[in-house]
Amino acid sequence: MLTQTSFQGKLTKTQNLFIPFLVAGDPTPDITVQLAQKLQTAGADVLELGVPYSDPIADGPTIQRAAKRALESGMSLTKAIELVPKLRENGVDIPIVIFTYYNPVLQLGHDYFFELLEKNGVEGVLIPDLPYEESSEVRELALNYDIEYISFVAPTSEARIQQIAEQARGFLYCVSTLGVTGERHEIAPEVLYFIDKVKAYSQAPVAVGFGISTNEHVRLIQQHADGVIIGSKIIRLIEEELDSLLTAEAREQALERFYVQVSDLVK
Amino acid sequence: MTQVYPDAKGRYGDFGGKYVPETLMAPLQELERALDDAMDDQHFIDELHQVLTEYAGRPTALTFADKVTEQLGGAKVYLKREDLNHTGAHKLNNAIGQALLAKRMGKKNIIAETGAGQHGVASATVAAKFGLSCKVFMGEEDIKRQELNVFRMKLLGAEVVPVSSGNGTLKDATNEAIRYWVANCEDHFYLIGSVVGPHPYPRMVRNFQRVVGDESKVQFAAAEPSLPTRIYACVGGGSNAIGMFYPYLEDDVELIGVEAAGKGIDTSEHAATLSRGSRGVIHGSLTYLMQDENGQITEPYSISAGLDYPGIGPEHAYLFDSKRVRYEAVTDEEALESLKLLTETEGIIPAIETAHALAQAFKEAKHLTSDDTILINLSGRGDKDMATLMNHFQEEV
Repeated sequence: MLTQTSFQGKLTKTQNLFIPFLVAGDPTPDITVQLAQKLQTAGADVLELGVPYSDPIADGPTIQRAAKRALESGMSLTKAIELVPKLRENGVDIPIVIFTYYNPVLQLGHDYFFELLEKNGVEGVLIPDLPYEESSEVRELALNYDIEYISFVAPTSEARIQQIAEQARGFLYCVSTLGVTGERHEIAPEVLYFIDKVKAYSQAPVAVGFGISTNEHVRLIQQHADGVIIGSKIIRLIEEELDSLLTAEAREQALERFYVQVSDLVK
Repeated sequence: MTQVYPDAKGRYGDFGGKYVPETLMAPLQELERALDDAMDDQHFIDELHQVLTEYAGRPTALTFADKVTEQLGGAKVYLKREDLNHTGAHKLNNAIGQALLAKRMGKKNIIAETGAGQHGVASATVAAKFGLSCKVFMGEEDIKRQELNVFRMKLLGAEVVPVSSGNGTLKDATNEAIRYWVANCEDHFYLIGSVVGPHPYPRMVRNFQRVVGDESKVQFAAAEPSLPTRIYACVGGGSNAIGMFYPYLEDDVELIGVEAAGKGIDTSEHAATLSRGSRGVIHGSLTYLMQDENGQITEPYSISAGLDYPGIGPEHAYLFDSKRVRYEAVTDEEALESLKLLTETEGIIPAIETAHALAQAFKEAKHLTSDDTILINLSGRGDKDMATLMNHFQEEV
């Protein structure tokens, strides 16, 4: 095993992490690359690159719509992984984590999947429907490759928190509240208590996702956790600019507005 | 065999398991503990038995179909009459079991998914009976196709939640029910309608449906000197089939599950998951399913909304691989022809789902002798299908 993984090598800090989420191919692969550049400039420390799936049971309506657009643009797990070298060519050098549901991975085969991740310079993988009990084979394989298998903890995990947190790699994805991805109005006080509990057990940085939608949320969460994961809010900013992004003449300005909005969100 | 699976991880050979978001792991463990505790409690078993007898009307009859037998000129044909169960199908057996369990766990709200609406109606029914609130998730397309059942559910006091994601059918309704459950798992009980989903659902639903097979075994012994030669049941998710087959798995009886071939298994419009699908994960379980080369789940097709599902219960996947059960596929046309035959000769209008089992059984019965006996699970009645049948048979009638 390496003393330091590529993920760790590329991560420039371990606190105040900003981890944005994009769906590969939403609305087109080329625009995904441009959006990722803007996110990096706005301070992203890790990019979570989502693979669109027909049946995303952990996702709310916003990410479901993004997945639908991406599938219509012809995106697949293999193509999403192969988009990574293109991101690198365009200057995106932060760690990239592939977020995918399990079924497409199963169809590629575990070994081939990890070979593909490594070959294309991916540093980590997140599989939301592969809980601890079902993931031992994949977790072990990830160790043989230079890939971090990132685990989830949820408010219902309770007795499982310690078990999962102690073996966390890359970062630990802390699901803030019950439910699917999507913007929320408020962060409940229990969430902060839950984060503190997770922090106590985790060796890896603890990043909090699900429902983080405003600058106030970001500031509050960063006081307790090591990072924030922002998905639906970013997807909605993209949605608001969809027409402009898809128009060659208007795209540059739309990307600039996206950059400003994201910067304000995490300032 | 009955002790071998599922194992502690909910595996039937390679199949089954719990492929769900972390949030649901604790609720699934809670459910498993509560289920095991209930099934060991004689009071719970007695209450279940009492409700099945006094409310649902069990045992349902075993009918010797003498006219069909005569017309086919082969094996003797018997029907297990789940159409006579309260609400008109086997679905209620499972809904009663799970509702009693929900009550025992102190959960006052149930949620359910439905395609044709039969499980939605069964869920709404038990919710009314046991004083629970009930939300039924149903695809927008199915809501249009099954107006009558939508009204039945509402009349029973349930809220029908339209699902517009995906193509607005059973698969999407199930996704949405799971999403709602993830957000509300602390005080909601998810009442799954078939032997699908994450462990312990496939085992729980099978155990609540095995009453069909268990009763038939006793009834058949009274009617015939030996066990049936062959037993037939239709398979969508597979709950009526597993309920019928399970008590016979260790017997010398040939078991045949019948899938929907839609417009033909060589077309793109069918729901023949085992005949044409491949291994994958759907709704929390490793099983066979219909998917494209990138692992995206594809939309099935069948004239019967109850068989219109791209996956199948993991226990069926196991029984298919181990060759203990033979799976065949029957087209829309073949199913409708058999529906008409049973209606005209026996005065029983079966559900279109059930008609798939009839079609395969009738095909094979002709080639058997009068010493052979076949048993068909008549899983439901056809009242809900009148609009479809009117479209199809209008000119003939």
